[in-house]
Amino acid sequence: MRVNLGELHRHEYGRILASLIRVVRDFTLAEDALQEAFVAAHVQWAVDGPPPNPVAWLMATARHKAIDQIRRRALHERRRTEIELMIAPEELMTAPEDTLRLIFTCCHPALAPEARVALTLRTVCGLQTEEIARAFVVPGPTMAQRLVRAKNKIQLAGIPYQVPDDDQLAERIDSALAVIYLVFNEGYAASTGADLIRSDLCHEAIRLARQFVELLPAEREPAGLLALMLFHDSRRAARTDAAGDLVLIEDQDRSRWDRAEIDEGTALVRRALAGGRPGFYALQAAIGALHAGATSAEETDWRQIAALYGVLLQLRPSPVLELNRAVAVALVEGPARGLELLGRIELPNYHWLAAARAELLRRLARHAEAAVAYRQALALVRNTAERRYLERRLAEVSAG
Amino acid sequence: MQYLAAVYWDEKRWLALPQAERDRMMAECTAYGDEVRRSGHLLAGAPLHPSSTATTLRRTGDQLIMTDGPFAETKEVLGGYHLFECKDLDEALAVSARWPGLRWGFTLEVRPIIQHVCG
Repeated sequence: MRVNLGELHRHEYGRILASLIRVVRDFTLAEDALQEAFVAAHVQWAVDGPPPNPVAWLMATARHKAIDQIRRRALHERRRTEIELMIAPEELMTAPEDTLRLIFTCCHPALAPEARVALTLRTVCGLQTEEIARAFVVPGPTMAQRLVRAKNKIQLAGIPYQVPDDDQLAERIDSALAVIYLVFNEGYAASTGADLIRSDLCHEAIRLARQFVELLPAEREPAGLLALMLFHDSRRAARTDAAGDLVLIEDQDRSRWDRAEIDEGTALVRRALAGGRPGFYALQAAIGALHAGATSAEETDWRQIAALYGVLLQLRPSPVLELNRAVAVALVEGPARGLELLGRIELPNYHWLAAARAELLRRLARHAEAAVAYRQALALVRNTAERRYLERRLAEVSAG
Repeated sequence: MQYLAAVYWDEKRWLALPQAERDRMMAECTAYGDEVRRSGHLLAGAPLHPSSTATTLRRTGDQLIMTDGPFAETKEVLGGYHLFECKDLDEALAVSARWPGLRWGFTLEVRPIIQHVCG
């Protein structure tokens, strides 16, 4: 039997770590021990061949390493109880609830939002610190420090390693979903850098959401978020052209949309919308489903989409959602009405607002004004692929 | 674990409240204190006299410098404290979130206490 340690790390790291933290009750200790176990596996498996159950081997080895460490520490401090605790036989199996506990700990609202994201990617997804630093365009040492600070806070402030009580569960699920969606968005619309899409982050976010949906089958919002991300991801191949430039949804080749992801998303969105008032992610997923189900931009039910944005705005007022609603309304009631709505939105420094205004002005053949708006958008845009798109549009209106 | 929940408030805003309102908040805070003491969470706690009564000490070299007033001249100053015994941060935050002063716009900073310093 051949075992690829890299693959194993990729798929099992978070699961093993989660269970290890339960057993040794110390975040950093568990991480160090598991790291050591992987190093040991590298050496030993190369010589003896892999064990029959690699995950159990890694878990047992990591646990032994952790016990050694605790024993040394406890002897030093002459604390018997800790040694006895560790030597007591414990359940060594990895359990799904452990992953859930780990997600909730990493996404705890007492941690800074950027630390939640980094910690989740590092521990639950098993990404290397360097990879996370690159993904968020932060120097490696800065990211390492961010992780250390977060782990220290978990330990010293006593952030529990548990699934929250019922009265806190809804709020904590929201916090975890926000982290997952942030990871996805950073992958889908990289805020800086040359590539428009960093698909590795999209995959991690979808993988996390899948686990979350499996572990909390009674909750509807995780299903809503997973559906929403699947709809976005289904358009990934069609969203950029051969040169890596952005293609807007109305111009995309819909035959390149991923049908499997759309089907999975459609089933999930039904579940997320069933029974009770639909949540924030379920509503956005419903909008995604309307796009995914339409054969062309013209055939899209923009009226329904505009209405859904209206409901979303009641739930969580936000200028970005208002912008999306204005764009949908423009397609139903005309660009002039869209412009009127855009005029009421305050979103300084957001290049999509200027770009949307430019687009509507272009459709009204007000080319000089459109050019001004494209230039405003260009002054704010940071992603290279989006910049090229805006430059192309600016050239079009300037020529006309 | 033990946690300090420090109260920060804007003294000017507090003094601007009508007397009846201040009495009401104090009564609610007292009732809260009784409740969390009974539940075993509150080990100690009290409001403080205004920051104008504070004296700040520093030492530079051999010289002890005594200053009238609080450590930092900020709008929100330390106004009281609670010392809680809780099993973890979630419990400490849940107990702290019930403090009535929050509804009057005051702030709580919750921090873990270092224990077993002397082994």
